[in-house]
Amino acid sequence: MKKLLKVGWDTLSSPSGYYSLGFLVLGGFIAGIIFWGGFNTALEVTNTEEFCISCHEMENNVYEELKTTIHFTNRSGVRATCPDCHVPHKWTDKIARKMQASKEVWAKFWGTINTREKFQAHRRELAEHEWARLKANDSLECRNCHNFDYMDFTEQSQRAATQHSGALANGDKTCIDCHKGIAHQLPDMKGVEGW
Amino acid sequence: MQSVILRKVIKLVSSALIASGILFSYTVTCAENEVATLRDAAKIAEQKEPNIIPKVINKDIKQGRNYPMQPPVIPHTIRSYEVNKYNNKCMSCHSRQLTEESQAPMVSVTHYMNRDGNFLAEISPRRYFCNQCHVTQQDAKPLVVNTFIDMHSLMKQKTAKDNQE
Ligand code: HEC
Ligand code: HEC
Ligand code: HEC
Ligand code: HEC
Repeated sequence: MKKLLKVGWDTLSSPSGYYSLGFLVLGGFIAGIIFWGGFNTALEVTNTEEFCISCHEMENNVYEELKTTIHFTNRSGVRATCPDCHVPHKWTDKIARKMQASKEVWAKFWGTINTREKFQAHRRELAEHEWARLKANDSLECRNCHNFDYMDFTEQSQRAATQHSGALANGDKTCIDCHKGIAHQLPDMKGVEGW
Repeated sequence: MQSVILRKVIKLVSSALIASGILFSYTVTCAENEVATLRDAAKIAEQKEPNIIPKVINKDIKQGRNYPMQPPVIPHTIRSYEVNKYNNKCMSCHSRQLTEESQAPMVSVTHYMNRDGNFLAEISPRRYFCNQCHVTQQDAKPLVVNTFIDMHSLMKQKTAKDNQE
């Protein structure tokens, strides 16, 4: 055993002059594929609703609330899942969001929102982060499914058509400005613009 | 003397009997043309085919009021609109300061008054829960006929009759 370890160590520590350049490039390439693939697979796994609601903080609060909304069941049968609205599609943005997600794991560890009461107390803060994100990207995640260019105002209710052909069409406002609380219950809205 | 009392008692009892008899036959006839309930006449052990859930009318067209004090009905859907201690979705369109943006009618000014008639900056707590008075309308056949007649129709009917005489 000791011998084996020693051989391994020698191989690893010996200068790479031992191996041909071709081997190194190929090896690096293969390792890259494995890592890249593994990374992407990990990303894919964490991009599912099952993953999100594997934490009771997410399941008992926001998921339960989502179930009663139009984004869970509707006449068209299209389901919006957590990543649809919360995880960016663009790879770089995705990574950035994942970095932020490590904060969630941290918060989970410390039990920041591990009861309904604590969650409600934090809710305004968490919601504000999401509003700010959606405001900054012009409600990109909503627009992945709802495309303004293909909205048929004649099919919409009059209220909707009036608002959409006004402040939305001229770019004054974006979806999240008017459609807060579309998927979950709202926090205390005191002082939020438009409330 | 005693017989007089006795006769009175007999009279009372018999009239009570007759009255209850009338009442009984009345309830029987009532039960016959009973209003259809959600379960209709389905037996306890049976599961009735559920009724179709009617759609909420979402035309945004104001409906008339049947009497001056009637709270107006809501001409649109209010699915997932929250009214609770944290927020009031209705007021995000119908409050005084937001109607310009929303183009929605402002709630009546009485809604800003407390019970002493003083005006408040925000909606009065006693008017806070909108759905206590305002409801959406559904596209459904009424379960019972409504015989309510509007005051104006009554007055019109009366003047028509008076003119005839
Ligand atoms: C490890 C458990 C866990 C998992 C898995 C998890 N979350 Fe969370 N999430 C939390 C906790 C804890 C917080 C509170 C973070 C804080 O206090 O800053 C949170 C906060 C959030 C927030 C608010 C973010 C903010 O900026 O304040 C969003 C949105 C969210 N989660 C969505 C998701 C989505 C979407 C998924 C699946 C891709 C997911 N979460 C998976 C535990 C989790
Ligand atoms: C996965 C795709 C998807 C995403 C992402 C999505 N939606 Fe939807 N949304 C739908 C579907 C499907 C419906 C229901 C359509 C129907 O059957 O009427 C819907 C319905 C709605 C409605 C109508 C509500 C009602 O009661 O009639 C609104 C408003 C809405 N979405 C806003 C948003 C906003 C705001 C976002 C971004 C935060 C968003 N949606 C993200 C798919 C999506
Ligand atoms: C200026 C405010 C405003 C903006 C911005 C806005 N909406 Fe709306 N929207 C409304 C109102 C008001 C309604 C009707 C009431 C309701 O459903 O809450 C509505 C209704 C809808 C409906 C339901 C349609 C119907 O016939 O009732 C959908 C879907 C929707 N919006 C999606 C979006 C999306 C997606 C965006 C961003 C691209 C967006 N809205 C931006 C105000 C807005
Ligand atoms: C249709 C889009 C949509 C879907 C689907 C959705 N969310 Fe959200 N979520 C939002 C929006 C928009 C906010 C910002 C707060 C608000 O307006 O309610 C939000 C806020 C949150 C927050 C912050 C706390 C709060 O309630 O404000 C968490 C945590 C969260 N979402 C997690 C999830 C999880 C987990 C799922 C899947 C079970 C999910 N969301 C599905 C749109 C969505």
